[in-house]
Amino acid sequence: MAAGGANGEALRVEHVAKRFGGVTALRDVNLRLNRGEVLGLIGDNGAGKSTLIKIICGFHQPDAGKIFVGGEEVVLKSVDHARTLGIDTVYQDLALVNELSVYHNMFLNRELVRWPLLSNRRMRRLAQEHLEDMGVNIPSVDDEVAKLSGGQRQAIAVARSVYSDARILLLDEPLAAMGAKEGALILDLVRDLKDRGEVSIIIIAHNYGQILEVCDRINLLQHGSITFDKASSQTSVQELTDLVVAEYRAARTSRLRPDPSSNARPTPRA
Amino acid sequence: MSDTVEVAERVEPAPAGRPSRSILRRIGEAFLRRREASVLVVAVALGVYFASASEAFLTQPNLVNIAQATAPAAIIAAGMVLVLVCGEIDLSVAAVFALAPFNMHYLTDYYGVPILLAIVLALAISALIGFINGFITVVFRVPSFVTTLGTAYIVIGIVLTTSHAYPAPIPEAATETIRTWFGASDYAHLTWCLLIVASFHVLLTSTRWGLHTIAVGGNPLGATEAGIRAGRIKIGNFMMVATLGGFAGILDAFRINTIDPNLGGGFGIMFTAVSAAVIGGTSLAGGSGTVIGAFLGALVLAELQNGMNLIGISANPYFLILGAAIVVSMIANVYLSRLRRAGRV
Repeated sequence: MAAGGANGEALRVEHVAKRFGGVTALRDVNLRLNRGEVLGLIGDNGAGKSTLIKIICGFHQPDAGKIFVGGEEVVLKSVDHARTLGIDTVYQDLALVNELSVYHNMFLNRELVRWPLLSNRRMRRLAQEHLEDMGVNIPSVDDEVAKLSGGQRQAIAVARSVYSDARILLLDEPLAAMGAKEGALILDLVRDLKDRGEVSIIIIAHNYGQILEVCDRINLLQHGSITFDKASSQTSVQELTDLVVAEYRAARTSRLRPDPSSNARPTPRA
Repeated sequence: MSDTVEVAERVEPAPAGRPSRSILRRIGEAFLRRREASVLVVAVALGVYFASASEAFLTQPNLVNIAQATAPAAIIAAGMVLVLVCGEIDLSVAAVFALAPFNMHYLTDYYGVPILLAIVLALAISALIGFINGFITVVFRVPSFVTTLGTAYIVIGIVLTTSHAYPAPIPEAATETIRTWFGASDYAHLTWCLLIVASFHVLLTSTRWGLHTIAVGGNPLGATEAGIRAGRIKIGNFMMVATLGGFAGILDAFRINTIDPNLGGGFGIMFTAVSAAVIGGTSLAGGSGTVIGAFLGALVLAELQNGMNLIGISANPYFLILGAAIVVSMIANVYLSRLRRAGRV
């Protein structure tokens, strides 16, 4: 095992690049996630955050670069493969099925079966226990997911990933479109997970205040590479905002002042 | 009104009254929550109405008629529900319905295949057509409406060309026992239909396959993200509905004792099956549906046609009522599921 494993490294990404046709989504990404750490990944829309997440979770394969899980180099072939290595993603759309009950969603594609039938009673009980254990409050695990609030749905999606023995959890904009109360519910959940120290988490978010509250470290992704890496305690909402706004201003001025050398290719959008 | 209720409560011992009422309410709520409930009410109401309007309605031969009219549509609908729930549709199943008995006939009479094996092979060919439907839909991403419209005409074309549009007799090789088992007897249709409906109900509600079918229709992206192989589910469901279509066709050929190229009416039986599914509470948008509801939907349609015939209404307004039933049940379906979501029922 490489040296990285010993000092508690959960995930390392080295020089990862990814192009989609003519668009460079990721130029050269270097990122490190320590064991038990919560890392905030910020960046403007189109900076490549989602592409990076999709590479780490095995959905896309990088054109170049290496990925290390627990210090060992891996080539992630598929989402399923990444999942066997303990990497699980909670997507923005949550991958919940409205028409199914909470407990069926908790076990989606990992159903407990006494062939040929589903072991509904066992899944129900385990889902209930696990949600209680994680402090997720919902009226009933029998309810269709459609009945639940956005925060509850997010919590269920997170609980599902944790239950499936995820060691590295990727949360893709868990706070988007969420009220203050519901956002707090998710942040509490993340904090609980951090206190347990079993899971390492990468959170993509836009709300810098909330992300600083819960993350140990912040990385900024700009134009397809990480341009900023600081502990949360050493940065502020102001600094992060300034960084992203500065990028926007720079892009705007360069667009206003046409550069004769380029064919005016816009900033890459992933 | 309220006075009598109060009196009744006072007379009866108080503790007995309350729980029984809450049990009644709970039964009522559970009933409303079940999607099949409303169509069951309609099926029973129609039965009661026609029974009171015509003495012939509840006679044994007429009940056999209703069962035989219900069964093919319900058998196809059982598979159609799965296809609809995973977000697709199969328009070609009526054509397969016509093709399967011909394949049985060709295999036994021209190739000397034993009759039982011929039936199995005819079903396998049906499944193959389902596979082609699914494959084109999944791999080439052609909407299934278009895929199966195409295969429907192709299969109808095959039936008409190979049969020269002439009916064929049931193969001599089919013994009395086989004829009895596969649809010639009074209760063969009903027995097969109930067996199939029950198994597909279990398949949809209590197996991984059913759960994944719902997931694929309810949230296609999410299901894929969860690692469910949506293509496999869809192809499998297309194969099942086509096989059921072929089977129902063979049953019907044995029942009418001839193999008719117009069996299934081109698209007719398919639309009846889709109507039955929709009336039974299956959403064309995918993600929700019930096999038992579809069975009851088929029963309602059969009752309507049979009952109207018996009380002497001409067959023409049948379509009027069928159309209205589809529209009304769809509105009710959308409205009820909204209520259910809001947690009020």
